[in-house]
Amino acid sequence: MIPELGHFALILALLLAATQAWFGLAGASRGNVAWMRAAQTAVAGQWVFLLVAFGLLVWSFIQFDFSVRYVAMTSNSLLPLFYRISAAWGGHEGSLLMWGTMLGTWSVAVAALSRSMPLPFKSRVLGVLGLVSVGFLMFTLFTSNPFDRLVPAAADGNDLNPLLQDFALAIHPPMLYLGYVGFSVAFAFACATLIEGRLDVDWARWARPWTLAAWLCLTIGITLGSWWAYYELGWGGYWFWDPVENASFMPWLMGTALIHSLAVTEKRGLFKSWTLLLAVSCFSLSLLGTFLVRSGVLVSVHAFATDPARGLFILGFLVAVVGGALALYTWRAPALKSEAGFELLSREAFLLFNNALLIAATGLILIGTLYPLFMDAFELGKISVGPPYFGVAFLIPMVPLVLLMSVGMHASWKRSRIGPLQNLLLGLFAAAVVAALLVTKFVYGEVHFMGVVGFTVAFWLIASTLVEPIQRWGAWRTLPAGFWGMTLAHFGIGLFALGVTGVESYRIERDISLGVGETTTLQGYDFRFEGTREVRGPNYQAVEGTVVITRDGRPVTTLRPQKRYYASGGNPMTEAGIRASLRRDLFVALGEDLGAGKWSMRVQYKPLIRNIWLGALLMALGALIAASDRRYRQPVRAAVPKAAGRMAREGAR
Amino acid sequence: MTPRRKRMIAVAAIVIGVGAATAVALQAFQENIMYFYSPSQITAGEAPTGRSFRLGGLVTTGSLQRTPGSIEINFVVTDNAESIPVKYSGLLPDLFREGQGVIAHGKLTEDGVFMADEVLAKHDENYMPPEVADTLQTPHASPQTSGGAS
Repeated sequence: MIPELGHFALILALLLAATQAWFGLAGASRGNVAWMRAAQTAVAGQWVFLLVAFGLLVWSFIQFDFSVRYVAMTSNSLLPLFYRISAAWGGHEGSLLMWGTMLGTWSVAVAALSRSMPLPFKSRVLGVLGLVSVGFLMFTLFTSNPFDRLVPAAADGNDLNPLLQDFALAIHPPMLYLGYVGFSVAFAFACATLIEGRLDVDWARWARPWTLAAWLCLTIGITLGSWWAYYELGWGGYWFWDPVENASFMPWLMGTALIHSLAVTEKRGLFKSWTLLLAVSCFSLSLLGTFLVRSGVLVSVHAFATDPARGLFILGFLVAVVGGALALYTWRAPALKSEAGFELLSREAFLLFNNALLIAATGLILIGTLYPLFMDAFELGKISVGPPYFGVAFLIPMVPLVLLMSVGMHASWKRSRIGPLQNLLLGLFAAAVVAALLVTKFVYGEVHFMGVVGFTVAFWLIASTLVEPIQRWGAWRTLPAGFWGMTLAHFGIGLFALGVTGVESYRIERDISLGVGETTTLQGYDFRFEGTREVRGPNYQAVEGTVVITRDGRPVTTLRPQKRYYASGGNPMTEAGIRASLRRDLFVALGEDLGAGKWSMRVQYKPLIRNIWLGALLMALGALIAASDRRYRQPVRAAVPKAAGRMAREGAR
Repeated sequence: MTPRRKRMIAVAAIVIGVGAATAVALQAFQENIMYFYSPSQITAGEAPTGRSFRLGGLVTTGSLQRTPGSIEINFVVTDNAESIPVKYSGLLPDLFREGQGVIAHGKLTEDGVFMADEVLAKHDENYMPPEVADTLQTPHASPQTSGGAS
């Protein structure tokens, strides 16, 4: 009964989404206030029914209802409660329902928190969100209904993929989806602006906090995924340039460009049509990511079952959304002109470079990701593009981006005026080069070209972000939240660059065979294998190795990597043993029994790797602070007369 | 310098920079494209020697050999028509098993042995990499529905 109620709630949500789309768009174009208000009610209704549907799905998981096909496929009677709940989005059907629920949540938030917006504009935004929601809910209902029954019911479930039985991975998909779906808000603002033919840039101010919020969630989602891959997959890597990782990274890069471009549009009224195009592209890339992951065209850890109907549906949806938005754009955008000019070293110019470089990075990754698919589709051979390509292609735009960032942060709007900071920044650059040379020479013992470049850009950026907070010491309260958000996020990028440089230039990875009592040495750390023993977990059994690490005879730590065998059968899973610190990680993964008393083992030394995730979290925190800037809430009072005037104009049209 | 000349120099610098960057990116792209070959294609002499590519197929049952205590391993990859011996030194993925699908990255030596530098196995027990499924010479059970990370 419960699953049928869930199914019914989902159908109601779809109908309400259609209502929301119709009343939102038609109400605004006819100036019918009652219809526009109806759209807002529909948003709330849709959200409630989506929550009900999602809640009932979770309930089916908690209750071990193996008569539901999806539950039987992704859960098991031995699965602990926490993972039974997270299993609700551990497979294809449930994760789509979650996508829809998130979209509903964003829509309700927009409806509730945008009191300063004129009503017609707001209902157009809600109308566009409603259309997107209709597409997704139809996809869920017609091709991937999570509430489908299994007749006869299974005696026990298949179990959640053991790789997913992990805390970080339980919250990785929700965060990622919040980010993906969150860009639909910026998309809807852009579409509403184009439909209305607005020439002003108010939309940019309204869209900024929403875009920051979406970007924040996406950043956390990607970071969690990277961290999880590092400790769970047993390879010790933090990023594999796997197509599905790229699918989440491309909207992130585009979203970063959008955040910066929105700032220029809002503050200076420039890049108007470019910003609109970015908002459209950003969400299109999110949809493309969904298509790549959900259609089964990609092979990866993330690929679910291949079902041509699903792929075709998403492809159709993608074409409709992107095509529709771009058609709207070509029709309306030529009317948008930016009058103001700016000089070569003004903040606008730096942000223009920022956008160009971020788009270049996105493009290079897009080529590497899609090229093999095209080759295969046209039967030109089965190829793959190796991770080294992405490494090079990504660095080309990123090194100049980080260098320009160090200067651009201090540039003024409109005029080329770095002012008195010019000499200070040059001095800091020289200091960064010297520091990089010293660190590579004396800490890591090898002066490596990319190592020096990487440390230089990282040190320079970190120093540059600290300049203003130090100069304004004691007057911090006068600085706006937007400034602190930017500074913190840029500082995070500095840490991130530091981490990537450390790992990429100075990591040591060794696959070896070790007997009990044998030792291997990495960068001064002695890893001694002390043997294995059997241990037992709630739904698995494991072999646990003991590796004692010492340095110059002094104990550092004892690592206990495991090889787990889950009760539900299937493959063994590697649980790496990791000793973490900001300076370096020591990593040991247990391989297999090689006979003759030896075990194969993966032993790694990863300098500075923690800074990668720490940096990413600071970026997210920066976005949070920037989004909370009072400026975005102030207009509620200040803009009332303005908004009222516009409404009168709207009415007169 | 007049502002006009300044602007021209800036534009020229950007054009040169973008050109150089594109050249480096294309070069990296060229070098890192990896083709996929099945054992039959390799036996027919289609695969290059001295250049990395990917080999895919099933691990022949009973072909797995290792000297006790050594990390080096030998196995045979087949597409049910032809077979290629593979040598690998390192940790095998958790999902590696005889009789199952596998993809290996590496180079072919003169004597026809594939020296793998990376071995990837399918992602769960029901899933078959499409490249491998496509090249198998005998009818094989179609890939089943599978769970996976999202």
